[in-house]
Order: sequence, then C-alpha cells, then structure tokens
Amino acid sequence: MVDPSDSAAPPGDDAPDPVTGSVVLGLAVGVFGVSFGVLAAAAGLSPAKACAMSLLVFTGASQFAAVGIVDAGGSTATALGSALLLGARNGAYGLRMSTILRGRLPTRLVASHLVIDESTAMATAQHDPTQQRRAFWWAGVSVFVFWNLGTLLGALGGDAIGDPERYGLDAAFPAGFVALVVPHLRSLEGRVTAAIGVAIALLLTPVAPAGLPVLAASVAVLVGLRRPAAGEASPSTDPVTDDDDPSRAAAP
Amino acid sequence: MSWTAILVLGGGCYLLKVAGLVLLGGRELPPVVNRCVALLPAALLPALIAVQTLTTDDRWVIDARVAGVGAAIVAAWRKVPFPAVIVIGAAVTAAVRALA
Repeated sequence: MVDPSDSAAPPGDDAPDPVTGSVVLGLAVGVFGVSFGVLAAAAGLSPAKACAMSLLVFTGASQFAAVGIVDAGGSTATALGSALLLGARNGAYGLRMSTILRGRLPTRLVASHLVIDESTAMATAQHDPTQQRRAFWWAGVSVFVFWNLGTLLGALGGDAIGDPERYGLDAAFPAGFVALVVPHLRSLEGRVTAAIGVAIALLLTPVAPAGLPVLAASVAVLVGLRRPAAGEASPSTDPVTDDDDPSRAAAP
Repeated sequence: MSWTAILVLGGGCYLLKVAGLVLLGGRELPPVVNRCVALLPAALLPALIAVQTLTTDDRWVIDARVAGVGAAIVAAWRKVPFPAVIVIGAAVTAAVRALA
C-alpha cells in the first residue's frame, strides 16, 4: 500500500472515482438547473424555450448570462455577446480534450457538446487515457442529464428548492474544482501556470467583461514553452506505470 | 428571447466547443504545442476557482465562499474523497452564511 503522505506516491492516487464524482457533481448542477428554469420563466421564456436552451446551449454560465441580461431589459445582441464570451473557454477545453478523445468523427461531434468545465476537470484529473475518457463521458452525461432535468422542473414552476446559495451550492463548484485541480499541481510547471492564471483572471475581473478573465488565463500555458529538464514530470507525458496497481481500482 | 436567438446561441456555443475538439484535434502537434495544450486545465481551472470564489460580477468580494473553498482546499490536501470535498465546501459556506 502507498502511504498517502508519501510525496513520491504514484500518480493516480489523487484522481477521484469518475462515477460517484460525476453523480455528485451532477446533483449540484441539477439544483442550479432548477434555478435556471425559474429565472428563465421569470424572464418570460416558455418552458419549451428554457428546455431548448439547456439542451442546445448546455453551458450554464452562458445561459444564466443571456437570460439575466434579457430579464434586465438588455438587447438580444448584448445577451448573445456575453453568453458567447462566457462559452469561449470551452474552446480551450476542447483543445485539451482533443488529445484525449481521439475517436471517430461522429463520436467526437457528440463529445463536443459535452465539453464544459466539469467534464474537462473530471477527465484531466485522471492519469491514464482510458480513465480520462471514462471520466469525461460520465461527467458530461451526468451533468447534461441533471442540468436538463433541473431546467424542466424549474421552468414548470418547481421553485420548491429555493435559492441554491442558501445551501452554499455556489461554493460547491469551486470546491469540487479544487479537488480536481490537485493532480495538475504536482509539477512545478503546473503550479507556476496555475498561479499566473489566477493572477490574470483576478486582475482582469474589475476591468474586463465576464468570461474574458478566465479565458485570458489560458495565456499562462506559455509556461510550457520552456523545455522541461530531463526527468521532470510534465502533465501530458506522464507515463502510466501503475496500471496494475490494485489500490487504483479501489480508489475512492 | 426569440427562438432565433436561442438557436444562434446554441449553434455558437457548439461551434466554440467543436472548434477545439474536432477542427484541431487528431493531428500530431509539435511537442512544445502539446506541452502548452496539456497545461490548459492548469491555467483555466484555478482561474475559474478564483473567479467563482473571490468575485461577484466585476468586483473582488470576500464572503462565505472563501471559508467554504478554504475548507475544501484543506480537505483536498488531506486527500478527503472528492464527493466529500464538494459537500464540505457547500456546507461550510452555508453555515458561515447562516451565522453571518
């Protein structure tokens, strides 16, 4: 067995189980789906429109922004612009996922719709390609199902759950992402990239439109231009050396 | 919102996702590009955590979320299982909010 406090523990011991992790993430997303449905109804959208948005747009931040702007009396053009800017980081996630999801074109066209914060975070927290793909599909499908179910409930007037903030659910996502980011912080390169990304996003928040601060944080990947020293772990080239490690199959 | 706007938004959001995954995917990229692409989650996810925890709209804000996410960081560092980290983050935030 590997001592959890051993810093030389093999990669994989900090990767969450994709199945339970995806269901828990999905449940939290579902509650926000309800509040999206309620907001959409308040903004004058029919249940059919609210559900179509969740099915077709499937990007929570973009949907909340678009409906929020319309509700506040903003123009459709402003709503679309803000929503697309918030959705742009999914393009960056897609770039990363393209090195993991190398299936046939139809499969990748379906997978594209599921490329969001949660599925990318869950997939890239895993260490071997099979687990990465499994985590991507579990998280993507789970979030898709719960988000759409929640939207339907909320749009039909199911405001029984109330404000998700009362349950601290607005902190559930950053909390979950914290756990999923840990594997990225194993390398010095990852830690430097993360620190620069955080600095960019926070510094831009007061001056840039919503969505741009996180998107602009991707500039931090230029840390990768530095050639890694021999023997230094790099996130893309981590060799899978412990496939037969029985502790992995039973990992939480 | 009109049906047209919903369809345009759905199409636009899908194009953004597909651009990375399909148009540029499946090609052999130079190692330096691969290194940078592999770092994208390391750049974006911590930035997203920071924005979701420390900002509201375009302002920096310190509120109950900081306590919740702080507790989640300690939990993740102590290798608490993932679902429990989420619950701890939400519960601590809700508790601090209820007390405040």
